[in-house]
Amino acid sequence: MTEKGKKTDTSANEDTPERKTKFETLSGIALKSLYTPKDISSLDYNKDIGVPGEYPFLRGVHSTMYRGRLWTMRQFAGFGSAEETNQRYKYLLQHGETGLSVAFDYPTLYGYDTDHPLSRGEFGKCGVAISSLKDMEILFSGIHVDKITTSMTINGPAAIVWSFYIANAENRGIDRRIIGGTIQNDILKEYIAQKSYIFPPEPSMRLIVDTFEFGSKEVPRWNTISISGYHIREAGSTAVQELAFTLGDGLEYVRWAVKRGLKIDDFAPRLSFFFNAHNDFFEEIAKYRAARRIWAKELKKLGAKKPRSLLMRFHTQTAGCTLTAQQPEINIVRVTMQALSAVLGGTQSLHTNSMDEALALPSEKAVRIALRTQQILAEESGVTNTIDPLGGSYYVEWLTDKMEDETYKYFDRVDKLGGVIPAIEKGFFQREIAEAAYKYQKETDENKRFIVGVNKYKMDEPVEIPILKMDEKGEERQINRLKKLRKDRNNAKFERDLSRLRKAAEGDENLMPYILDCVHSYATLGETCGVLREVFGEYKEPAIY
Amino acid sequence: MEKKIRVLVAKPGLDGHDRGAKIVARALRDAGMEVIYTGLHQTADMIVETAVQEDVDVIGLSLLSGAHMTLFRDVTKLLKEKGMGDVLVVGGGIIPEEDVPALKKAGISGCFGPGTTCEEIVDFIKKNVKR
Amino acid sequence: MSDLASKVLKGDPRSVARLISLAENNSSELVDEMKTIHKHSGKAYVVGVTGVMGSGKSTLIFELARAYRKQGKKVGIIAIDPTSPFSGGALLGDRVRMTDLTMDDGVFIRSMGTRGMLGGLASAVYDAVEILDASGKDVVIIETVGVGQAEVDVVKIADTTLVVLVPGLGDSIQTIKAGIMEIADIFVVNKADRPGVEQILAELESLIDISCIGKDRKIPVVKTTAKENKGINELVGEIEKHRQYLKKTKVFDTQRRKRYEAELVEIIRKRLMNFIFDESTFKEKVESMIDKISKKELDPYTAADEILGKILK
Repeated sequence: MTEKGKKTDTSANEDTPERKTKFETLSGIALKSLYTPKDISSLDYNKDIGVPGEYPFLRGVHSTMYRGRLWTMRQFAGFGSAEETNQRYKYLLQHGETGLSVAFDYPTLYGYDTDHPLSRGEFGKCGVAISSLKDMEILFSGIHVDKITTSMTINGPAAIVWSFYIANAENRGIDRRIIGGTIQNDILKEYIAQKSYIFPPEPSMRLIVDTFEFGSKEVPRWNTISISGYHIREAGSTAVQELAFTLGDGLEYVRWAVKRGLKIDDFAPRLSFFFNAHNDFFEEIAKYRAARRIWAKELKKLGAKKPRSLLMRFHTQTAGCTLTAQQPEINIVRVTMQALSAVLGGTQSLHTNSMDEALALPSEKAVRIALRTQQILAEESGVTNTIDPLGGSYYVEWLTDKMEDETYKYFDRVDKLGGVIPAIEKGFFQREIAEAAYKYQKETDENKRFIVGVNKYKMDEPVEIPILKMDEKGEERQINRLKKLRKDRNNAKFERDLSRLRKAAEGDENLMPYILDCVHSYATLGETCGVLREVFGEYKEPAIY
Repeated sequence: MEKKIRVLVAKPGLDGHDRGAKIVARALRDAGMEVIYTGLHQTADMIVETAVQEDVDVIGLSLLSGAHMTLFRDVTKLLKEKGMGDVLVVGGGIIPEEDVPALKKAGISGCFGPGTTCEEIVDFIKKNVKR
Repeated sequence: MSDLASKVLKGDPRSVARLISLAENNSSELVDEMKTIHKHSGKAYVVGVTGVMGSGKSTLIFELARAYRKQGKKVGIIAIDPTSPFSGGALLGDRVRMTDLTMDDGVFIRSMGTRGMLGGLASAVYDAVEILDASGKDVVIIETVGVGQAEVDVVKIADTTLVVLVPGLGDSIQTIKAGIMEIADIFVVNKADRPGVEQILAELESLIDISCIGKDRKIPVVKTTAKENKGINELVGEIEKHRQYLKKTKVFDTQRRKRYEAELVEIIRKRLMNFIFDESTFKEKVESMIDKISKKELDPYTAADEILGKILK
């Protein structure tokens, strides 16, 4: 290759030139042409890598992983009214998905009922509209919530929507102690990336710790938070930033709960995570592995004793932002690759995007193919026959270490800024993300980065993908349903429950029991959230580019 | 003195996805334009009032939540009522091809969906600005 | 009086906005309009707000404007951000923090780029203040670009200048450049809920003690937490106290005179520059002179003599 003894990062020489001058991961980590035992010679197998199901959990959170049980196939779904989405859930279950995942429309995400003025034009467009317990009843009608777990992507009003779910189960005679699922409930990443926040940081964190407390005592099989990196990545961050900012958020939640007086081992086992599966195949795998090891280390430092408290269990979704509107069928290939990286990275649960999602919500056919993608990986690829098959790869172990190093660098920077919330107020995360997003776009525009079908291998053919059509009468039906609900309920009890909630919100009691009471009285989402808005105020973000 | 093109970049409705809007704002700035960014959760009233006070030449509406048919047309309707037809209005985000003709008819001169380059948007504005 | 001017005097937002644009673009129609405007301006009180990035100026101004609205006053806000010297473009993002005031018809907000002007202001800001004044605003608040020593021009145009500081931004007052500290009529310590507030207050106290020796007014310091609307009423009170002080001591008139002097100088400067660099035939001559200077065939002083000679003839 080269002169003896001379180390080189590249296999290039005059006779064998390389295609580029620089090879990097999407995070900008420079890559050599070859990784060898020398690159991981300092690693101690027992201390640094270990065995799945044991500290530091690098190779997997369970001792049997997919040999014991496959990941949950959980397709994020929701649109229009509860009736339509209920049909889609039944379709997906019929076709083999093993867990449910609810997408809500924008008004619901912001705690507004369908008939609120700000809901104009938004009903059911990017998720299902849920304005009350009645809607939740319809959403899960004919579905065995005692036998299947449900993940709900809801943040600002998470406590209220969770209460809808709990109340619905209880009304059907199902004990809250046996229902299982997840609420996303991760407000920090809202400020950083997804922007569906409602209240300012302090009251939002209070509500979240309320759910931790309530969950650990009353709904023990529920993951009361899904600490998310998916959205941070979608907003344009690199893989390293996704990793660092997500785990940083997670540690912040732990600190707040401990400050409240909760015992770390009481709530930590029910913290879960949600990552993106983006394009750089091995970087994503290294990211998941590094996440497990860092989380275990940090929780140990914070005093967690139970092994279950150290587990970084996660759901993954393939990267929406990599889907193209051009030649949409090839998105199936992208999703397959991304899904494979999540599986090789040891995910507990997986959503695969549909090929038409750069254009609209998925049609039945598109989402079925997305589900089949997971099923082929599970049944036909053989990758589930052994655990962490890439363990020991010189490249992957080196990259895992490197990503851990870069993560700790970010932890230091955030510490110096005073912690996560001060850093959010200073716009630190938002600026890092905006910079990374701009860089990515510029590289694409300047043809330094290629996206097949967009700036390379373009075609002029018209796109012929059937776009999901929703029931046009849905919004009107929903508004009428709300009118009827407000008339038919016991309004005296409703008023009483709402004012008791207001009083409790002004104090510092756990709000979950009060919210549940309101929900049982058929208070709507908007009415309940409205009280909290009045007491807590609304958050306004700084303008960061 | 050279006149600057003033552009209002707005996020109508509840959609919180601002990655694209912010990138476009930067690109327009780099192309020599003055860009006013409204922030999130703007109603049509607020967008048009801001356009009036800032005397903008262009309004760029960014939306990824699917509510574009209602909210974009609310804006163009209001602009028409106020006699502000000389403001160039463009839209971006998730806009299916089949919705584009109706939007064009309502006054959205250009629709920029996924895969659009910043250069395309800059060129379009420079070529089509009316004032 | 033109149609545009009369609409501006009635407070019509579109006309106000249009006229400000004419001023920014230094258009030829501007002169006649501004002659009319000047007959009807002079009543508005001008508050300048400067401070480093991250001091929360925009939120502070938002809360200040709301307080003035509660008093029934009409408010104009000019938010200035730097124009990129490379592209000539600007990202004007201060409005984001004031979005709740958009639909209040007693408030008019205009974002401006500096467009090459140094000193923290935009060249058209004098005109914009006159226009907002004439259109019926009782208070005009100017948010400047305040990042360093050179950005102190706001003191030329404002009746009261606020310098906004925040605790714990890493710099102690000693390191903040002298210029910005000298222009303050009132110091505002914003984000006063943050750690480090006692230290910054102490540093300010000693600085004020020294600089106000022998003066008949001690510069007040107001603590605010703008995002929680704390300290705002106190700030409004201090601004009013300052206004009364200025009127009583007649310093108000001296300051205003300085403002009009600066305004006149700026109008002359713009006209000169316009003439030299934008007039089509003359510009060519000037450009060829610059070429000669680059080749050392001509020196800039001789060139200036020639140019000025032509103008003054």
